[in-house]
Amino acid sequence: MKCRTGTNLEVVFMPSENLAITWRRLPERYRLTGSACENCKTNYFPTRKLCPKCRRKGRVATKQFSGKGTVYSFTEVASGPAGFELESPYVLAIIELEEGPRLTAQIVGISEKDVKIGDSVEMVFRKIQEDSAEGLIHYGYKFRLLRKKSA
Amino acid sequence: MSKFGEEWTRGFRDMIIEAGSRAVEDGKLHGEEIDAMYVGTMAPGSLVGQEHIGALVADSMGLTPVPATRVEAACASGGVALRTGFLAVASGMHDCVVVGGVEKMTDTPGNEVASALGGAGDQEWELFMGATFPAIYALMARRHMLEYGTTEEQMAAVSVKNHANSSKNKYAHFQNEITIDTVMKSKYVATPLKVFDCAPITDGAAVAILMPLEKAKKYCEQPIEILASTQASDMLALHSRHCMTELHATKVAAKKAYEMAGMAPKDIDVVEVHDCFTIAEIMAIEDLGFFEKGKGGKASAEGKTALNSEISVNTSGGLKGCGHPVGATGVKQAVEIAWQLRGKAEGRQVKDAKIGMTHNVGGSGATAVVHIMKKAD
Repeated sequence: MKCRTGTNLEVVFMPSENLAITWRRLPERYRLTGSACENCKTNYFPTRKLCPKCRRKGRVATKQFSGKGTVYSFTEVASGPAGFELESPYVLAIIELEEGPRLTAQIVGISEKDVKIGDSVEMVFRKIQEDSAEGLIHYGYKFRLLRKKSA
Repeated sequence: MSKFGEEWTRGFRDMIIEAGSRAVEDGKLHGEEIDAMYVGTMAPGSLVGQEHIGALVADSMGLTPVPATRVEAACASGGVALRTGFLAVASGMHDCVVVGGVEKMTDTPGNEVASALGGAGDQEWELFMGATFPAIYALMARRHMLEYGTTEEQMAAVSVKNHANSSKNKYAHFQNEITIDTVMKSKYVATPLKVFDCAPITDGAAVAILMPLEKAKKYCEQPIEILASTQASDMLALHSRHCMTELHATKVAAKKAYEMAGMAPKDIDVVEVHDCFTIAEIMAIEDLGFFEKGKGGKASAEGKTALNSEISVNTSGGLKGCGHPVGATGVKQAVEIAWQLRGKAEGRQVKDAKIGMTHNVGGSGATAVVHIMKKAD
């Protein structure tokens, strides 16, 4: 496909993952649905089918996360991996969800000078990457800043 | 070892042959004496389209039908191959084992190399979201800076020291010294890490030969004794770990290694640590017990890790200076320590080195392998 920046540069997208993997992950990627162990009361995101703390004694059930959290760490990625060439640079962060688990996601609509560790964020639904001009568009969670809070 | 670097004129097989022939010659071995081979390599399928590396190595070296097995643990593939060979000899099953590590990385465009290396992390939950390996270590660096006041200048000092060492190593990828300014003025890859905080993409191979000590003494003027070989695992994704300013697997493997060898950090004269990024060396020298947690950056900036200082760290130049052909690194570390303990590390010799250590990490710390070695009596 033609690069969307208007140059004649040809950009080849690699299929980022198999369609079946994408389909299995939709509840987590679209809605932040994870899991919780009813035995040790630990919340997990992404879903764990086996509680690593309790193992066979664990009782894992579905758990819906609110999408609210704080920035635990962040970086501005200057050159992304294959599939992310056009959106570099972007801010990538580890978000600590208010229910406990941490995840890796992008923070949208800002540059890194706008963000500090400890800032409040909420989940937004965005395009993550696309396989090719006619290929699958992968959607999922990113985060946006809510309000400033000191680290 | 093969010469590390961007070796455009040589392929995967050429590097294995170069490193393998040197090791077999050095060990005064004949092919018929070799019982088994273990080869560490991370991603030849993605990087050069080749799997089944065990058989390929036996074939390339003219060593068929010796059993040859590929070992994979991301960037710790070489270290785990060494440990697998050690276990094979220690078990009594084999008396002469060749361990190797190899990676051919420059036949592949940079962004595809980044994606292949990303497979060392969590493909579905880190890489898919736009994480790269520099980004994952940058997330650790940012926490280390917040929690312990580590600075970008302190990280730069690690890179400067490792280039100073690699400039004295004819096998190293980089033969030039650099200054703090070189690092600080280089472009950001993933803030706060810059180009000169990152190990390069390198081609290379390294090989070592393992035998029971008594047998080794008949082949070799100065054998090196492996006193400890330990390994630990951790959560695959960085975000799943409780603490991001240490590598827990390193701490566990190091503790077991010190116990196995009956030693403490103060007994180690020379160490090769896994500095895929400068922050990784800072965390490693803390996690291995050479410096208090949080003091690794300061110690690096004060020159305490330089050649023949408090503890000589990465005399080969480390991953930053010597280069990081991913699967080869763990074996290269052992080769460097063997040279140091034999007094053969020309131009970068640690004075009276008797005990050495290697520390090899897979991914962002989900595998760690530690070896302690001694100049045999």
